[in-house]
Amino acid sequence: MDVQIALLLGQDGVTNGAIYALLALALVLVFAVTRVIFIPQGEFVAFGALTLASLQAGKLPGTVWLLLAMGMAIGLIEGATAVRARRFHRLPLIILVNCGAPLLLAASLLAVSPAGLPLPVQVLLTLMLVVPLGPMLYRLAYQPVAEASVLALLIVSVAVHVTLTGIGLLFFGAEGSRTPAFTDASFTVGDVVLQGQTLLVIVASTLLIVALYLFFERTLYGKALRATAMNRTGARLMGISGDLAGLLSFTLAGAIGAFSGVLISPITTIYYDSGFLIGLKGFVGAIIGGLASYPAAAAGAVLVGLLEAYSSFWASAFKEVIVFTLIIPVLLWRSLKTRHGEEA
Amino acid sequence: MRIKLLFASLLAFLGIVPAAGARAEINVGVTLSATGPAASLGIPEKNTFALLPTTIAGQKINYIILDDASDTTTAVKNTRKLLAENKVDVVIGSTTTPNSLAMIDVVAEGETPMISMAASARIIDPMDGKRAWVFKTPQNDAQMATAIVQHMLDNQVRTVAYIGFADAYGEGWWNEFSKIAEARKIQIVGNERFNRADTSVTGQVLKILAAKPDAVLVGGAGTPAALPQRSLKEKGYKGLMYQTHGVANADFLRVCGKDCEGTFLPAGPVLVAAQLPDGNPIKKVALDYVRKYEAMHGKGTVSTFGAHAWDASLLLAHAVPEALKKAQPGTPEFRKALRQALEKTTNLTAAHGVFNMSPQDHLGFDQRARVMVRIDNGTWKLVE
Repeated sequence: MDVQIALLLGQDGVTNGAIYALLALALVLVFAVTRVIFIPQGEFVAFGALTLASLQAGKLPGTVWLLLAMGMAIGLIEGATAVRARRFHRLPLIILVNCGAPLLLAASLLAVSPAGLPLPVQVLLTLMLVVPLGPMLYRLAYQPVAEASVLALLIVSVAVHVTLTGIGLLFFGAEGSRTPAFTDASFTVGDVVLQGQTLLVIVASTLLIVALYLFFERTLYGKALRATAMNRTGARLMGISGDLAGLLSFTLAGAIGAFSGVLISPITTIYYDSGFLIGLKGFVGAIIGGLASYPAAAAGAVLVGLLEAYSSFWASAFKEVIVFTLIIPVLLWRSLKTRHGEEA
Repeated sequence: MRIKLLFASLLAFLGIVPAAGARAEINVGVTLSATGPAASLGIPEKNTFALLPTTIAGQKINYIILDDASDTTTAVKNTRKLLAENKVDVVIGSTTTPNSLAMIDVVAEGETPMISMAASARIIDPMDGKRAWVFKTPQNDAQMATAIVQHMLDNQVRTVAYIGFADAYGEGWWNEFSKIAEARKIQIVGNERFNRADTSVTGQVLKILAAKPDAVLVGGAGTPAALPQRSLKEKGYKGLMYQTHGVANADFLRVCGKDCEGTFLPAGPVLVAAQLPDGNPIKKVALDYVRKYEAMHGKGTVSTFGAHAWDASLLLAHAVPEALKKAQPGTPEFRKALRQALEKTTNLTAAHGVFNMSPQDHLGFDQRARVMVRIDNGTWKLVE
């Protein structure tokens, strides 16, 4: 292995690590606020990438129907609750938000041909289609059992993951897609060629991480989420709604997932079930951060990316084994280092 | 009262079922991988069953199709269910080699013939008491590997690197290919693995580039096999590229794009049916399948995998009339007669080749069952 190969592998590792880092942050966020281990996080990556690919192929992405169906279901549930509580004045808003907005989006997609739109608009459309699935999932699957144990929530996560994978196969088919690169530019630094696309991934990930930091430090909603993560009961006594915190954290998780999907789809082929493995590697990163520390989770995820790149060079057949075995010494070290109480 | 009524209707229903069975319809049990990692192979197979004739020699055929989600345990469970509950006369499936291998014990125990749609020669070799019940329609890996090695020799390839799936498919190809290549004095300078869901193969590709091979063989199936090839091209690889017949569908061409121009692969003749010479008997059968499939699913949707299911039905159409002379469907005698009739299949032209079975060879394909194909302007071109 010479320096050039080492640098190329490092570049590859950091690129993948940046994506894993985004997912690790989303996993830590969701777990801290709602105690949900969000296994379907990876599905948002796959849905984001494949929705963008369908738009570019001029097809109506299947996520439109999922969005419509989930919107209708929530509209029904919320509507029924409002009727039972005799709060009829709330009905128009409920119907408008849950059924009207998805319908409008679907109609506009049918009206214009998405293949001809400029790339930023396509990305925006993708985000509009995929991100709302996050809070909708929370409302349908997690909110009714929000007070259940971590284990029960984990089981719900597994069910949601399996369902979404099946839906993904139905919508996008078994074969993968790859979107054209955002940029064909490349730079030569010394002996190494830097691809514009990989730089874009790293820069975009870093910007998103900074934006998240600012959101948590500077905005009221960010502070509310942090408060809920620290002490749920205390936050509720201070008037922070647990449901709102849950919806907000799932929206962020959905946005991070869909955005990662858009970033990664020009680099590699994405399949309906690729998300799981990508999410799992983000999870290993999050575990290194103890599912609590954001910087440690991000650093752990980059470490996973680098480890993956170098082990694919030295022992490609054992790459996944090496990456996932990393979790054992980390868990050992963490369990020796920290004292455990019961579910805090 | 209501319970009694329910009971009565249930009894009546049960009474009808044996009566229907007495008309001796033939039950064909199918388990295939329409979901999970092998879905890109299983879905066209499943679509093909919708095109099959519903009668053979005047007997009604019922296809009972189950999905095994590319999972070995489920494939075995499905097979047991088909034998015990549906009393099938023959099992077709499954899509993948691991699933098919696991099903052998079950069908042998139930003394029911099975026709696999998976590639590995291990499904029917070495021939023993259990495998006597097992047949298959896809070409053996070894046959395809020989075609690649021959093509490499013809093109003065001296050194070759291999990169394949880190699963049964990639290992199977590595075993066959390395054995044949070494016997023919082609030096193997690289052996790498990658996963279907991998987002990057930079490490493997750099290692292959450092070895400077004349040719690279990618042992993968479906669109995932495009990733190493695109990475190799990106990093400036200029040598010959080979793929396996696992990539022979339109999606692969779509995902790989212009990075796959000039790639060689061995495939069943059905892939380039229209380009076969008119004298080739396979052309007619293969074109017939392509036409029927595309009439239902649209132009350009046909893949070679569905044709394996088509060939399984051709085998049945050939063997069932023979077996009917000896016994009634639904009986152990019929299944035994069907097994014998399948084994005696001679000179049956199918979409992938010409079957000539024997007690020792439950595939019976010869060199007519494979052609070399080059990717040219985003289409498959037959190499003369």
